[in-house]
Amino acid sequence: MAESETRSETPSETRHGIGVSPGTAYGPVVQVAPPVRPPADETAVDDQEAALADVRAAFESVAVSLEERATRVDDTAQQILKATALIARDKGLVKAAAKELAAGHGRAHSIENAVETYAAQFEALGGYFAERVADLRDVGSRAVAAVLGVPAPGVPSFTEPSVIVAEDLAPAETATLDRRLVVGIITEAGGRTSHTAILAAQMGIPAVVQLAGATEIAPGTPVALDGDTGEVTIDPDMELVTAQRERAARRAEALSHLSGAGRTSDGAEIALLANIGGVEDAVAAGAQDLEGVGLFRTEFVYLSATKAPTVEEQTEIYRGVFAPFEGRRVVVRTLDAGADKPLKFADLGPEENPALGRRGLRLSAERPDLLDAQLEALAIAARETGADVRVMAPMVATAEEAAWFARRVRENGLPKAGVMIEVPGAALRAHDVLGEVDFGSLGTNDLAQYTMAADRMQGALSDLLDPWQPGVLDVVGLACEGAARAGRPIGVCGESAGDPLLALVLVGLGVSSLSMAPSKVPVVRLALSLHSVAECQDLAAAARGARTAIDALTAVREAARTELTDLL
Amino acid sequence: MATRTVTIASSVGLHARPAALFVEAASASGLDVEIAKPGEDPVDATSILGVMALGARHGEEVVLTAEGDGADETLDSLVELLSRDLDAE
Repeated sequence: MAESETRSETPSETRHGIGVSPGTAYGPVVQVAPPVRPPADETAVDDQEAALADVRAAFESVAVSLEERATRVDDTAQQILKATALIARDKGLVKAAAKELAAGHGRAHSIENAVETYAAQFEALGGYFAERVADLRDVGSRAVAAVLGVPAPGVPSFTEPSVIVAEDLAPAETATLDRRLVVGIITEAGGRTSHTAILAAQMGIPAVVQLAGATEIAPGTPVALDGDTGEVTIDPDMELVTAQRERAARRAEALSHLSGAGRTSDGAEIALLANIGGVEDAVAAGAQDLEGVGLFRTEFVYLSATKAPTVEEQTEIYRGVFAPFEGRRVVVRTLDAGADKPLKFADLGPEENPALGRRGLRLSAERPDLLDAQLEALAIAARETGADVRVMAPMVATAEEAAWFARRVRENGLPKAGVMIEVPGAALRAHDVLGEVDFGSLGTNDLAQYTMAADRMQGALSDLLDPWQPGVLDVVGLACEGAARAGRPIGVCGESAGDPLLALVLVGLGVSSLSMAPSKVPVVRLALSLHSVAECQDLAAAARGARTAIDALTAVREAARTELTDLL
Repeated sequence: MATRTVTIASSVGLHARPAALFVEAASASGLDVEIAKPGEDPVDATSILGVMALGARHGEEVVLTAEGDGADETLDSLVELLSRDLDAE
């Protein structure tokens, strides 16, 4: 089909990202200038003293412009900008740049190398310290732009209400956006729990992340975005903008009447939980109307560290995560690293098939000392904060592994042990595997990867990874049957739990808790409130009765109540 | 030369806002102030990057030194600053 034909019939183009901050927006695109890199062919300087003066002036101009911006924003943003200005004025940075100049590098490279020296130190420290690296690199990129005499990276100044589009936004960038002029945010990178997502939600700016090709949209092009569904329409006609706006208003109205615990229309309780990856996520999720955490990923505690974090260091982090959830449940997934996410202090060497290698619980089996330190820290933090902490292991395949893990959890004084069900072999034998522990949690992303033998990192295989694949739904169904026979509760903590239609199917299959991005909780709560358990079972049967993933989705969309589907 | 040892009270350690406040106070004194972890090389207390790169966490001790007129008073006020949970304020 000729492209021009397609264009003339459908002048607008709709793409899908991930909606992370609810509401709709319509406006022209303002592209955020990407970070400025030193030119590859930069020559060494002749006059080192003059060059150092240029570098000093570049850093000073960055500090002055940050301080100038700080006078125009609110308190929180002001603190961030002032702290960033302090970095730009750092004597150490100029000294490090002077060394680079002396070593024969050009001005821009000297600035970048100096910044990277500190960035490497912060990253090695891990945790809170590593989070400052984005601000540091932002200073570096601005200084490089200043020394090269090119426009500064970041948000250009604009006067008309606009949609901000970027590869990703630095924390300082997001915090200092002018709420009156920024009607929406779109990023090409970022995730559900990225800084951009959290801050946009706090500021009430509709936002979509992970939109492919976002940075290639021409500045000035009008776009419409829906921060719930993740839908972005480029050059939309006004009818669509109006329809999208009305649908969002109806949805907000429908959601505003509901709160509290998740319940089907006939009163069955389905726990609505959050997926989180760190202390900031925990604080944000803790303030929301949800019943706790269904998946706390603990990788960040380890990934940037050069040596194994101590029990004390871990306890401090876990305390911060649990504190907002006193009296509520927090399900912790123990260290899920290995081949594809190697740890500097526990590298078992390269593997041919990382996804099938020594990762998850298999790594813990080789290094039980790491697992024990984590469990000890979790137990201390749980006692101190009064959160209902439950621990589960990733990548469990057999009943023996489940029993081994449960014993270690109990020896460390933690009351509840569970396992992730993400290996098809464990799903098929859920009765035996879950018989060894207190609960199970279906990781639908990995379960789909292993059931369909399709790499999650391989974008071209995304159709196979669709959680609506009947084969995947069958495996989930069998795991739920096994859990029921063993008398153990089973939940879902993958992306699929946050899809309102799929959530109904999962409940119909026998799932009793759903853990998702916090922003998805309200619409899933609404979906549940409109359907009885028997209706969910009918929807599950319709999905499993379909021949293809698309048929399964279509069948469920048609059979679900229109009060829900009209809002989607 | 005046010296003090103090335990970091800030719950997030000496970084971000606590580090910024500390560096501002050290700079305002106009003296040569240094900060170190016990037994390690000291860094310039007026460099935010140097101070953050120490990686001093909650509950860890740091050693402050200063030279010149008013060194004792300066260190006393810096010790007071680090003994508070600046992030909670």
